[in-house]
Amino acid sequence: MRRPTFRKAMIGLACAIMACIALMAAAAPLLAPHDPDAIDLEHKFAPPSLEHPLGCDHLGRDELSRLIYAARVSMGSALVIAASILIFGFAAGATAGFLGGRTDAVLMRLCDVFLTFPTFILAMFMVGVLGTGLTNVILAVALTHWAWYARIIRSLALTLKHRDYVLAARISGSGRLKTAWLHILPPIAAQLAILATLDIGHMMMHVSGLSFLGLGVTPPTPEWGVMISDARQFVWTHPELIMYPGAMIFITVMAFNLLGDAMRDALDPALAEAE
Amino acid sequence: MPLYVLKRLALLVPMLLAVSVTVFLILRLGQGDPAMSYLRLSNIPPTDEALATARQELGLDRPLPVQYADWLGKAVRLDFGRSYVTKNPVLDEILYYLPNTLILAGFSLFLTLAVSLPLGAISAVEKDKLPDQLVRGLSFFGVSIPNFFLGFVLVWIFSVKLRWLPSMGMGGLDHMILPAVTMSLMSLCINARLIRANMLENIHARFALYARARGLSERAVTGRHVLVNSLIPVITAVGMHVGELFGGAVVAESIFSWPGVGRYAVSAIYNRDYPVMQCFILIMTAIFVTMNLAVDILYAWIDPRIRLQGESK
Repeated sequence: MRRPTFRKAMIGLACAIMACIALMAAAAPLLAPHDPDAIDLEHKFAPPSLEHPLGCDHLGRDELSRLIYAARVSMGSALVIAASILIFGFAAGATAGFLGGRTDAVLMRLCDVFLTFPTFILAMFMVGVLGTGLTNVILAVALTHWAWYARIIRSLALTLKHRDYVLAARISGSGRLKTAWLHILPPIAAQLAILATLDIGHMMMHVSGLSFLGLGVTPPTPEWGVMISDARQFVWTHPELIMYPGAMIFITVMAFNLLGDAMRDALDPALAEAE
Repeated sequence: MPLYVLKRLALLVPMLLAVSVTVFLILRLGQGDPAMSYLRLSNIPPTDEALATARQELGLDRPLPVQYADWLGKAVRLDFGRSYVTKNPVLDEILYYLPNTLILAGFSLFLTLAVSLPLGAISAVEKDKLPDQLVRGLSFFGVSIPNFFLGFVLVWIFSVKLRWLPSMGMGGLDHMILPAVTMSLMSLCINARLIRANMLENIHARFALYARARGLSERAVTGRHVLVNSLIPVITAVGMHVGELFGGAVVAESIFSWPGVGRYAVSAIYNRDYPVMQCFILIMTAIFVTMNLAVDILYAWIDPRIRLQGESK
């Protein structure tokens, strides 16, 4: 088992990284030294300087400004996806678990169908049908992941359904919706938060991966996957243009994973022992 | 056992039917208009008249259930239509590229298993010592790095700087290493973690205690009983890895210019070449489902508890 001090340091680090990136995303217009979309061909591939701390890309756009603005798109989209999956997954999962019977059967068969596809391939296909762009990518990734959550939430709801306190609430006249909201959600909220934290990194990789393939956020919108895709042909001459956005994704995903692991350890010491 | 296999095989039919309906509905309910793409890719100006003709030609003017039945009838006879771009039968084109992808995915799967097994085992045996910490560090790194970035890091290190390995195209084994590592690193790390966790759990299991009570050395207990029992859940994980590998293959093929079906599909999606998109997702899903079925059967064969449970119902 890891020493508590080490674990605390890692959690601190993860939180610090996430705070930095959230700040970058929130205060992008204040922090960015330049307009992220301003093309200036005279500064094409400009080396780092005081004016352009990380240099410029192949169109002379300021690399640092683009990285900062991209935090908005990458992190924002991942958060929107995670939130919508949690809401939709809870709605479907709790309904299925709580109502049981035919509703349960129909919802779970629907989940089964979605779980049959390889996730990334289905997301690609959906973007192909819906068209590229931020909204459609968010929709595609959310649609390909909700079934996992619906299933987990259903099984969690099932374990709680017959608990005495839930029955007591039902007997005393609490409606199904109210019971689910007041008596099912709170006990599983912590587990859901951990799941979502561990998955946010995964969602980000999906969005950026699709954007990298040209099937996601469209250029010139600054997004880390788009930036890697823009710089891919210059890997031999200007690898740093790939390394900066790549490192940003890597660090962000790592911070979410660290935090998720730490949250799981804190909630479930038995599991942490086995790890 | 044969009964179990038959039951599982019979389940395959409704599953694939559901998949085909879903794909069909997503395509038809989406915003895109296949007739429009068809005209655009055939270089015909999309006048109202041309659109109407194209719709009739493609059968888009008929009710949805009729369209689906017609399409399914052809699909069962392996006729998936013709590409809007090349006008060749879609299945032929996909089957032309598919083997390249399967070779790459197979090699990646082999790499995943061959590397994660020793890593996970060492990590569990040397728990909390240096090797364990190194493996855990590596797995943490591996699950956080996105494959589309990893690919370029590998190109930069091994092709640009060291000039050891080629960065694009298909050829000998050396062409396969970088794309395969790109595809497998994440599942490799997840697998190593899984094996480690299973082994740590099984070290205290009753069968291990019994083996120790019989006087077996700790080495024999770990190697023969703990390790082997820890591999059973890995079989299930392999089924899931295949899905991840297909997604990874699309990315790796794009980075390393590997002439596989993923790269072909991405260009089809750019072009809105609907028959190709449809056939691609169906074939990949069919392979994925079949692999998972094989995994389930293998699992039941190894672990009798599973199949007996099924039969008692």
